Amino acid sequence: MSDITNNSLTEIVDLIKNKEIKSEEVTNAYIHNVKKGKKLNSFITESFDNALTNSKNFDAKPNYNLLLPGIPLAVKDLFCTNGVRTTAGSKMLENFVPTYESTVTSNLWSEGAFLLGKLNCDEYAMGSSNETSFFGNVINPVKENTVPGGSSGGSASALAADLTPATIGTDTGGSIRQPASFTGTVGLKPTYGLCSRWGIVAFASSLDQAGPMTKTVSDCALMLEAMAGFDPKDSTSIDRKKENYSKKLTHNIKGLKIGIPKEYRVDGMPNEIEELWEKGKKILKEEGAEIIDISLPHTEYALPTYYIVAPAEASSNLARYDGVKYGFRSSKGSNLIEMYENTRSEGFGDEVKRRILIGTYVLSSGYYDAYYIKAQKVRKLIKSDFDNAFINVDAILTPSTPSSAFKIGEKKDDPISMYLNDIFTVPTNLAGVPAISVPIGHDKNNLPLGLQLIGKPLGEQTLLNLALAMESKSNFKQNINKWWEK
Amino acid sequence: MSIDKENIIHTAKLARISLDENKVESLSKDLSNIFNFIEKLSKINTDQVNPLTSILDQSLRTREDEVTDGGIRDKILENSPNKNEEFFIVPKVIE
Repeated sequence: MSDITNNSLTEIVDLIKNKEIKSEEVTNAYIHNVKKGKKLNSFITESFDNALTNSKNFDAKPNYNLLLPGIPLAVKDLFCTNGVRTTAGSKMLENFVPTYESTVTSNLWSEGAFLLGKLNCDEYAMGSSNETSFFGNVINPVKENTVPGGSSGGSASALAADLTPATIGTDTGGSIRQPASFTGTVGLKPTYGLCSRWGIVAFASSLDQAGPMTKTVSDCALMLEAMAGFDPKDSTSIDRKKENYSKKLTHNIKGLKIGIPKEYRVDGMPNEIEELWEKGKKILKEEGAEIIDISLPHTEYALPTYYIVAPAEASSNLARYDGVKYGFRSSKGSNLIEMYENTRSEGFGDEVKRRILIGTYVLSSGYYDAYYIKAQKVRKLIKSDFDNAFINVDAILTPSTPSSAFKIGEKKDDPISMYLNDIFTVPTNLAGVPAISVPIGHDKNNLPLGLQLIGKPLGEQTLLNLALAMESKSNFKQNINKWWEK
Repeated sequence: MSIDKENIIHTAKLARISLDENKVESLSKDLSNIFNFIEKLSKINTDQVNPLTSILDQSLRTREDEVTDGGIRDKILENSPNKNEEFFIVPKVIE
């Protein structure tokens, strides 16, 4: 058989179910790739022994009724894994070994998958290029010296390089969709509350949402089905029946109404992205959808709102890192307060400290109303924009990112230009609605570009169907020559 | 809006982060830029808008008040950087 790792997750699942290949063979093939893929720096921790043991156990007593039978999966190192260190890309958690398992990974394991390793990410998921990780930059397999996007950069890189058949990330302002777009893969941020946040290292709790990153839309439906579900341990988890996204997946999108928001046509956006957007519209139209111009009038306020709300929540969430209960502790300091201050100064990287300071400032006495309350009011307006739009349309089509993947170091010293990367992805986190990035084409430098479909709350099935229709008509072909193996 | 050095030092104190003297200047510049960017929000009138409290159309669930967890002292202590069998150990707080 040719290299199994060239297949999609769905194909591998079928091969295992048809007894054409064993879980152990699949696992060994991915371990082989991971060992050869060190240059990408996409893994922080490898879990090969665990993966092989699990694959042998599966082969000895296979259960083909599961969604992910005998499938090895590497996951973003933000998901707590019982007995396997979980770093969040930070020195603070360099040696943290959880004694519990996140709900989302635990759901994947009960569907037959098992852990292959933990994937690099921006420190505490704060970044758009995977350059803030304590464990170093991740490289985009599409092109050397290029960022994979972030914060789920290790996930996107490992997936595109065939180091894992599928993966999961987290998305607070675009951290699944932007790296998916940069690496020519599919990434879905579900409706807030669809996937449990329990056991995920928290960044901004009202925005954080876990989701699948996959090679194909069918794989995405399968992964979402496996990971989603009500969890009493997450107070914001939505209590509803599980959906069979993969079974219900269909190309038929006839009669669906697709909104094109005029505010997403931003200054300085390359023509290629404009053309890609036109291509997406054309495909959807040809497949029987109706294209409608719409307005999301408060779009320009989304990023400033995000850069108040997200740091404010981060500064509260990250207050827990005090060097006492777990994580790094500085050896410097003559009293408790100095110990805290040195621990947090040495344990956190620059971007994390920057955001904690922004958050602390906007929440501090005298500024709370002017910044935090103001932002929550504008957030309400942004959410109303989407509520109003979805009276007339079933989904919204936009570019995923304002540019293709950039060079390592290019934006590192300019926080604002880095933040602008998330201009198209941030509004959906603020509104809690689902969105998917689908690879559609390449730019003149051969870097992949994606389009984003935004859906109604809990409209994941419609999004997946639309994404499937776009995928099948766009003729996007991944163009990776595995330079790192040479 | 500019966030001066004094502001930075005060905020860092509140956040319990010790700062390198030589980083205060660049942080002040970075944060001032970011706050200028955020300042855009003052352009919109929000007098008639209630702040968003939840993006979900559901209220917080309640449950029976019963023990669902516990008895895991050793697990909780496991990752502590400084502990004995029963306690977290911190620098002396009472003279």
